[in-house]
Amino acid sequence: MSVLDTGDATLAAVTPTGRTRGGGGLGRYLVIRFLLIIPTVFILVTLVFLLMRSTGDPITAAQGGRLPPEQLAERIHAAGYDRPLLVQYGDYLGGLLRGDFGTTLSDNRPVTEVLVTYGTATLELAVYALIVAFLVGIPLGMLAAYLRDRVGDAVLRVFAILCYATPVFFAGLLLKLVFAIKLGVLPVSGRASTGTELDLQLQDGSTGIYLIDAIRLGDPAAVVDVLQHAVLPAVALGLLTAGIFLRLVRTNVIGTLGTEYVDAARSRGVSEYRLVRRHAYRPALIPIITVIGLQIALLLGGAVLTETTFEWKGLGFQLAQYLTARDFVAVQGIVALLAVIVAVTNFIVDVLAALIDPRVRY
Amino acid sequence: MAASSTGAVAAQPTTSGRRRTWRDLPVVHQLRQSVGVQRGMLVAGLVLTGIFVAVALLAPLIAPYRWAQREADGRAFDTLSPPGGGHLLGTTQGGYDVLSRVLWGAQTALETMIVAVVLSIFVGVALGLVSGYVGGWLDRVLVVVGDAIYAFPTLLLAIVVSIAISGGQSSKWGGILAAAFSITVVYIPQYFRVIRSETVRIKAEAYVESAKVVGASTSRIMFRHVLRNATRTLPLIFTLNASEALLTLAGLGFLGFGIEPNSAAEWGYDLNRAVGDVTSGVWWTGLFPGLAIVLSVLGVTLVGESMNDLADPRLRGRRAVSAASGTVAATSVVPTGTLDTAGLETPSRDADEGFDR
Repeated sequence: MSVLDTGDATLAAVTPTGRTRGGGGLGRYLVIRFLLIIPTVFILVTLVFLLMRSTGDPITAAQGGRLPPEQLAERIHAAGYDRPLLVQYGDYLGGLLRGDFGTTLSDNRPVTEVLVTYGTATLELAVYALIVAFLVGIPLGMLAAYLRDRVGDAVLRVFAILCYATPVFFAGLLLKLVFAIKLGVLPVSGRASTGTELDLQLQDGSTGIYLIDAIRLGDPAAVVDVLQHAVLPAVALGLLTAGIFLRLVRTNVIGTLGTEYVDAARSRGVSEYRLVRRHAYRPALIPIITVIGLQIALLLGGAVLTETTFEWKGLGFQLAQYLTARDFVAVQGIVALLAVIVAVTNFIVDVLAALIDPRVRY
Repeated sequence: MAASSTGAVAAQPTTSGRRRTWRDLPVVHQLRQSVGVQRGMLVAGLVLTGIFVAVALLAPLIAPYRWAQREADGRAFDTLSPPGGGHLLGTTQGGYDVLSRVLWGAQTALETMIVAVVLSIFVGVALGLVSGYVGGWLDRVLVVVGDAIYAFPTLLLAIVVSIAISGGQSSKWGGILAAAFSITVVYIPQYFRVIRSETVRIKAEAYVESAKVVGASTSRIMFRHVLRNATRTLPLIFTLNASEALLTLAGLGFLGFGIEPNSAAEWGYDLNRAVGDVTSGVWWTGLFPGLAIVLSVLGVTLVGESMNDLADPRLRGRRAVSAASGTVAATSVVPTGTLDTAGLETPSRDADEGFDR
């Protein structure tokens, strides 16, 4: 609290509050961090299982009212949903350990197959969106930090908040309206035109990532087609994250711009551009990398809505379909997989942060 | 009013014994503390939020029709009629009046927001206080569980909770409660996290020690000494969470897991219906509910964001530093976690903190 009295001088002294407690090195940290994935995944999977079963069995949810009661009971018995919940839970966990996520009720496919088929599409969308987020968020964040408390800063910050305040499906709707309907320059929905899509899927050993497939096909028209379809979904989803990156970069660059070494560099006559671009930006990157881990969760949530808006046939689109069909086995499988992805990404991000910044380890 | 008296307050020494007045109320205090652009953003946020709340409260008076009304004077509304004429913002495919649904939608949004935020504050604060004060294995378990939930995509969790509560469809209050409960489960970890870390910090303070020596009971220490001092960051999380609650409600509605269209007006559901209209060039069914979401979230977020900046000495406008009075919250609260230059306070690592302790 006394920090305030000294005003600007202390503003400059943003001292790192290192958490070095002696003992233990990078190795110990990595092991502990890795072991922490297990309870996280376990808790999430358990939570999802219990919540999904609290209203009843999946077959009644999917077929209830459409089948005569005897037939319904028979199917429930055949699927084993009349056993005690604890036994079912044990079964479910055992299945997960073997990589078996169950079989969907509505189209009778193994959930694992659904995950593999549609997961790549979601991955492709997420990567595009991250690229958009980096390209928009980071330079604008540096600019906002440089223009701190001036009109430009206010405009950029309102832009960042707008990015966050606009639901992706509304952003997608506006983008569609302007670029696909009014201007007619970009396709309305889907991942590629029907013809291209067929070519890509019939290709030997297709990866499911359309851009890679199109490049391997060697057809420039297909590459352009795939990219054109990706622009609007990527921008809609990317802007959501871009707003957060902008804020993050701004906050952290403001912090580093106040440090002594930046003042020292300025006194040596380093240009303002270089100060922001090199001296202040690089150290500010560490917290940004850490927060990206949390953005993966946001990105996956946003992907569900973006894919639904643009009929981008990925996991999110499929999830929405299964939700409508009340196919809760499929929903449970997809949600469980996403939980694992989030936990693993957070681990990777933490490891990266530990490798970059020794203060993180303890 | 606030502007003219700022100087006078700054001149006063701010001792801890000073009487608390209306000027120390959360929003009023920040308004007086702010300057320039920051004050502009805070005021803009307060105005937008004020309009949102006013519309929500006055919807029965200002909306031309009921939310589920499709006819007046025995004549059915035209479907998809463009804005203007009898329907200021046009009508939808199903023959609803867009303006009425947008106005009534504010009411649904406000109700959900209040229920969700109040519930998560109560549960989150109670858990955080107990966890932080008692410590031990209870604390470790709660921290790990809280972190696991916190890392999960909120929308997906909200979907699962909504299925558990209502099977995914319901009446007005059933839908509002389902949405609010889903949002609550998602946001409890945030309140829990903040209150817990504050409690852990305060527990070590000398005045808690002396209270113990004097012989105060555990509950008295927890509620009188710890809780009172741990709640200073609550208004910040409150506003930031309120905006996330609005977005989650809209997301649930968009996926068809919100409130049935006949039970209440809901912006997300209306946008879901509008996605198909866009292809045929119909813009008014989607634009207006969408703008309603954006403006209300923008308003609440601007208030939260400004308060967050004002609470953080590094982000507060420089002139405001010398004029600053009274309490300064050390914790910065941002929707994505606490971000400081050292980058050591990011949520993902709190699990390790609990583990290590």
